[in-house]
Amino acid sequence: MLAAVAFYVLSAVTIASALAVISVRNPVHAVLFLILAFFNAAGLFVLLGAEFLAMLLVVVYVGAVAVLFLFVVMMLDVDFAELRQGFLSYLPAGALVAAALLAELALVASAATSADGAPIALAPASQVGVTNAESIGRVLYTDYLLVFQLAGLILFVAMIGAIVLTLRHRPGVRKQDITAQVGRKRSEGVELKDIRPGQGLG
Amino acid sequence: MNPAADYIPFVQLPIEWEWGLMKTGQVLGIVILLLLTLAFILLFDRKVWAAVQLRKGPNVVGPFGLLQSFADFFKFVFKEIVIPAGANKTVFILAPLLTFVLAFVGWAVVPWSSGVVIADLNVGILYLFAISSLGVYGIIMGGWASNSKYPFLGGLRSAAQMVSYEVSIGFVIITVLLLVGSLNLGDIVENQRDGIWMWHGFRLFNFAEFPNNLLVGVTMYAMLVVFFISALAETNRPPFDLPEAESELVAGYQVEYSSTPYLLFMIGEYLNIVLMCAMTSLMFLGGWHLPWGPVDDPWFGFLIFYAKIWFVFFLFAMVKAIVPRYRYDQLMRLGWKIFLPTSLVAVAVIGYYVTFLAPPVRAALAGG
Repeated sequence: MLAAVAFYVLSAVTIASALAVISVRNPVHAVLFLILAFFNAAGLFVLLGAEFLAMLLVVVYVGAVAVLFLFVVMMLDVDFAELRQGFLSYLPAGALVAAALLAELALVASAATSADGAPIALAPASQVGVTNAESIGRVLYTDYLLVFQLAGLILFVAMIGAIVLTLRHRPGVRKQDITAQVGRKRSEGVELKDIRPGQGLG
Repeated sequence: MNPAADYIPFVQLPIEWEWGLMKTGQVLGIVILLLLTLAFILLFDRKVWAAVQLRKGPNVVGPFGLLQSFADFFKFVFKEIVIPAGANKTVFILAPLLTFVLAFVGWAVVPWSSGVVIADLNVGILYLFAISSLGVYGIIMGGWASNSKYPFLGGLRSAAQMVSYEVSIGFVIITVLLLVGSLNLGDIVENQRDGIWMWHGFRLFNFAEFPNNLLVGVTMYAMLVVFFISALAETNRPPFDLPEAESELVAGYQVEYSSTPYLLFMIGEYLNIVLMCAMTSLMFLGGWHLPWGPVDDPWFGFLIFYAKIWFVFFLFAMVKAIVPRYRYDQLMRLGWKIFLPTSLVAVAVIGYYVTFLAPPVRAALAGG
């Protein structure tokens, strides 16, 4: 019974906060609601027995990606009232995209559960004595190795692209070279002068 | 209701509720223990700091100033809460609450001695990592909601700093996981049970494995150091307390906070520090085991683990007292250009060791 209560609470909060993401006025609040939605989705994963995925969701999305979102949204002074002015003119196109996505989701969900009248055997996560992380690792690094590596490669290319786009070498910038600083000797920095009284260094 | 039983309790609770009540009791016990620990560890921090500077530290309230933290507590609680007029009120109040709650939530998976743990998760260490990566939200929300320059700058600094150092903490955790073969914190400690030569930080002493112990020992000792320094940065402890660098930002994200909200921030911050101390002792210093052998008695084990937490905290306090604050670019350089490559190489080295050189049977995998 507790599991059922937990499920309804978590999914209700997920949906409510997802709605809040697109409806609140303040963009920072929207990002905070997005974080709440991520967090509750992680809770749903835990209920499904996929605690490894849940933790990854929290670490990657909540702990890193959403922080950057928040960072950017706080830095930019976005005027959302202005952005919303063209809302109605974009509505038909948006609705079309949303309908297509919904149809695809429904197709995938029904195909996964009722092909040949039986649910497709998912990864054998429920094996006794095998943890979540281990079963995911076994599938990921054997059956889906190529796909996994390709996904990594795509992310790598994206990362290099971002760096290339933003890297600028400005001439004349003085940078700190810590090795040079530490490697400096006394003879290079200090000079002993014999100063006569009343004369100074002149 | 079972008619055959002699004793019929006043309220027959469903088994789930009974379990829930028991866990609630355990949680309350841990929270009280943590708050008491915190009261004295705050005093200890100030005393160590004072001793390094040849001062006496707090010595007025109670014998040796032992009750100083309690006096501070009452002072904080009875002051007026000031919320700035331009602040975003909900987020402003939410930020310290979030910091406070998250700091406690992490302790749910920390095993206090063999088998004594509230939630024995399979992914315990990952859970701790996830919770500690959430700590940044309290700070960044507090900084933004204050609607003021210095808090905002402090919040941004801390966001960048914590995200940077999380990366190397993650890789350090992976090296430990590779050695253990499990993400469960209990398994991680049990893998170090034989003695100091099996502690992950001191594998160098495991001469039975010569010459492989040189490879693992040097790498894992380096990882211990990287983890310790990253923990300092992750918890905004000096010398990495840039979010609240008082010479530049007054008090950073805490500028606009007063009385109880400030107290919540401070408790959360110190609790995170103590959590990092506990993580260091669990992952590298053998948890509740003695340097010369395993400990299976829960109470004795708890005492040892508790003593180790205090020892690591002593190191934290000494660093605070001795090391001058880093500049921001030095901080980023250390995180991205030194720790990240070092820990990446260490993951490769430990991976090589586990695959090709390690003894074939590993306790955690065999035990399941």
